[in-house]
Amino acid sequence: MSENEFSGYKGEALKAIRKAGANIGDLIRIIRNGQVYEGILIPRSEYGDKEHVVIKLKNGYNVGFKITSKTKIEKVGEGVKPSFTPPPPPKQNPELPKVTIISTGGTIASRVDYRTGAVRPALTASDLYSVVPELGEIARIEAKILFSLFSENITPKHWTEIAKTVAEEISKGVNGVVIAHGTDTMGYTAAALSFALQNLPVPVILVGSQRSADRPSSDAATNLIGAVTAASKAPFAEVAVAMHETTSDTTIILHKGTKVRKCHTSRRDTFKSVNSTPIARIKDGKIEMLTQDYRKRNSKNRLVLKPKFNEKVALIKFYPGINPSIIDWFVDNGYKGIILEGTGLGHVGRYCFESIRNAVEHDVIVGMTSQCIWGRVNMNVYNQGRDLQALGVIPLGDMLAETATVKLMWILGQTQNIEEAKKLLKTNIAGEFNPRTIF
Amino acid sequence: MEVNYEKLGLKVGLEIHQQLDTSTKLFCNCKPQLFKGEPEITFLRRLRPTQSELGQVDPAAYFEFQKGLKILYEANSETSCLVEMDEEPPHPLNMEAVETVLTVALMMNAELVDEIHVMRKTVIDGSNTTGFQRTCIIAMNGEIKVGEKTVPIQTICLEEDAARKTGREGNLIRYRIDRLGIPLIEVTTAPVIHSPKEAEETALTIGKILRATGKVKRGLGTIRQDLNISIENGALIEIKGVQELELLPLVVKYEVQRQLNLIKISEELKKIGVKEEDVKEEFFDVTEVFRNTNCKVIRKALSQNKIVLALKLPKFKGFLKRELVPNFRLGTEMADYARFWGKVGGIFHTDELPAYGITKEEVEALRRKVKTENQDAIVLVADSPENAKDALKAVAERARQAIRGVPEETRAANPDGTTRYMRPRPGAARMYPETDIPPIKITKELLEKIKTALPELPEQKLKRLIEKYGLNMKLANQIMDSEYAELFEIIVKETKVQPTTVAVFLTETMKALKREGVQIEKVSKDKIMEMFRLLGKGELFKEAMQEIFVWLSKHEKESVQNAIKALNLKALSKEELEKIINDTIRSNEKIVKENKAKAFGLIMGIVMKEVRGKADASTVSQLIRQKLSEHP
Repeated sequence: MSENEFSGYKGEALKAIRKAGANIGDLIRIIRNGQVYEGILIPRSEYGDKEHVVIKLKNGYNVGFKITSKTKIEKVGEGVKPSFTPPPPPKQNPELPKVTIISTGGTIASRVDYRTGAVRPALTASDLYSVVPELGEIARIEAKILFSLFSENITPKHWTEIAKTVAEEISKGVNGVVIAHGTDTMGYTAAALSFALQNLPVPVILVGSQRSADRPSSDAATNLIGAVTAASKAPFAEVAVAMHETTSDTTIILHKGTKVRKCHTSRRDTFKSVNSTPIARIKDGKIEMLTQDYRKRNSKNRLVLKPKFNEKVALIKFYPGINPSIIDWFVDNGYKGIILEGTGLGHVGRYCFESIRNAVEHDVIVGMTSQCIWGRVNMNVYNQGRDLQALGVIPLGDMLAETATVKLMWILGQTQNIEEAKKLLKTNIAGEFNPRTIF
Repeated sequence: MEVNYEKLGLKVGLEIHQQLDTSTKLFCNCKPQLFKGEPEITFLRRLRPTQSELGQVDPAAYFEFQKGLKILYEANSETSCLVEMDEEPPHPLNMEAVETVLTVALMMNAELVDEIHVMRKTVIDGSNTTGFQRTCIIAMNGEIKVGEKTVPIQTICLEEDAARKTGREGNLIRYRIDRLGIPLIEVTTAPVIHSPKEAEETALTIGKILRATGKVKRGLGTIRQDLNISIENGALIEIKGVQELELLPLVVKYEVQRQLNLIKISEELKKIGVKEEDVKEEFFDVTEVFRNTNCKVIRKALSQNKIVLALKLPKFKGFLKRELVPNFRLGTEMADYARFWGKVGGIFHTDELPAYGITKEEVEALRRKVKTENQDAIVLVADSPENAKDALKAVAERARQAIRGVPEETRAANPDGTTRYMRPRPGAARMYPETDIPPIKITKELLEKIKTALPELPEQKLKRLIEKYGLNMKLANQIMDSEYAELFEIIVKETKVQPTTVAVFLTETMKALKREGVQIEKVSKDKIMEMFRLLGKGELFKEAMQEIFVWLSKHEKESVQNAIKALNLKALSKEELEKIINDTIRSNEKIVKENKAKAFGLIMGIVMKEVRGKADASTVSQLIRQKLSEHP
């Protein structure tokens, strides 16, 4: 019997369970102070101590008992493994548009094990229909599990995979693609896909959730319904993020993939369009366009797939007293690009200038964004900014630092030519620059 | 008629919930209090029933969801943060609350768990923004003495209170989330209570133990009693939300009566040969019958393009008007079902017609249209086709249950002791772990700390109050149940005031003032203490206490000294008193000279009028006698 089957238990507790011959899920009896407690043996958190055994009582509550020389554990009966059989998917309406949902993991693509509370990845089509039956009235859904990753574990290599998978689905003629994604780095992936998938014929919608899907209050279902609605019938063919607009369940807002950022650790409306208006809003199943500046849905568009990224790009946030040798380290380790997140209009301390000069001299592309998040850099106002430009630092306007980093990775995945790369960095490719900042 | 509850097999279990008086809520740092007036923040949510691993969905909850139920939450920033809004994970469990529950557990001789695991209990009526209530067992298998009887305590839990419902308009329910997250202790007894009186005594005993901790909230809405009641051949009924203790015996009495009457109806229906399959879900559109009706309800519905739908209940004539408990008929039960499942305003049935503007002719036309025999009953609903159909389906289901006997239900308590249908009884409680809160160990150190500060049990305390302070039984009982129990002992210890004087003021005087509408809670315990200190030092007189207290209740920010100044109630010095007496004697010189004995009453009257609350009567009378005797 492997250690794993006693998930979480160790030390005294594990010894006692073994002695009783019990397994997770078995009905056991604990005798303590002359009192008898019966319940199902529950897995223990990996970080729990070695002394307690957790059982689920008949009334549904879990309680922990300390194992001492006076505690007795007995196995009473074999556990019944709970199995989840989702109801059969509804009949697909052939009139409806086709949407593929690609799952990469995260809260939205998880199901809770009600017995243990453990969260498991799940996003098969039948799972989806069983949890969100309304989807069957919006589109014919096909579901694919690509990864089961928390989004902090997603890297540029995964962006490449996702982009290729989306392209494949689009080539099959779907009316839209939805990507279920953890919210932590969903903004980065949205930017990456915006550059990797060019001349899109149909929308590509990223969607996540902030409250786990097991809870009745989860935003997962409403967000997913919004995403599928957008994928199936939105008039635009853009990469966008679909999430709650406010704390209410009333509206779903669609943000442009290059202009979106996660701005709150826990709220449902964590994603904000920065330096741009959102593309559209969905209310009561209807799509309301908020801008006229979008690529139109057109099945005749031929998708151009450019899925390569070069990971040798760093994002460095300036702070008072930063050690500039951090910049040197990246240069020494073969990095080709550095995005600085400077202060205010785009500045870093004069004590970093030497390292920046060194980077530029080693053909490293250095771009400047602002840690203010909102607004655009302007490096002509102060001497410091003018001097930085003279060193070769490229001001990146109102582009988000995260988007700039992703963009430079993508550019260096397309070309080795420094001058061409610099030109591309300054060119508006996927709406990452907005020439006007509206109040 | 005397009911023999024992013989009926009455079994009652109690669940007592009381709010704990902590400084913050259970899972965040918000103030555990309610707010009045308009909310600063509102937001709209839907709760989606999730499927359990067994593929079960709570049918009532799912039904509400399908009907498009929306919840509008109201909040203000002082009493709610992102945690109550379900926009931030819960903070760790409030240890102040845990300590109070541990105290109660030890007082009830319960077995503590070694590690507390917070659970999520699915509740999707909107009362919890998350869709579940957080709850945890802290102790099990305790017991309390109720008179001579030992009542086992099954569980002692700590849980979060729910949001409070502030309204409902169609498919929109309003909840205010200020109450959400206030810590609640839940004490559950075994179903060993066999009479209405025992139910009250048990609740009373539990309440006393809870109050003995000095850490529970008081007042209406801070305590709620749920009951489960069953009798032989009846059904297990859960009754939620009895707010007044005094109501408990009546609730039990009525529920027994209701079940007995339902059993009787079922027997009679069976006897006349009604079968469940006879009640068909066949609905008749009878709108035309009422095209020109004088019934206001139907006229209004028809003007909104709604319809009148009818259902035949074969051989039910006379049963719908059968009273189950006072003012509550089988027809009322059916109406409650129709309201819940059909969202309609109510129903009409032929047992009560003609009435409400519906004429005899209309009833006859209705009978012709539905083709009923004379012994059948007809139920009518005027609403949208969808709602009307759902409502009548529920009525048909309730009629079938009436043939079977007593349906298992969750019912809500009404203020008059009757109950109303709330929802079907939920299946086994769907609980799963609250993974956002790590388990909490009950350590030896924590236990020792609580054991050393364990409050006296109520009966011990009563004995001590009587013996130590010389209070009579009534006064001792009153002071023990009052929220000033602790203050009483402090005042007696720190001032020279007679214990009985203190106790009377803190119980009877306070109660009388409260009845007169004085907001007694506006006067802090510190100020009451200060008043007694001055009383003990002779700087204030007993007669002035009430007036000062009332003034302080209206001037929450003022001190006792300022109250005395404002009311001019400072105790007079001997010199000041003598001067007043001398002046009074002088201005009544004539009478004094004529008849000293007669003059005493007069002078006493005039002086007391002037110095009431500023001097005590025996001193005044003594001084007057002295002055009069010295007077030539």
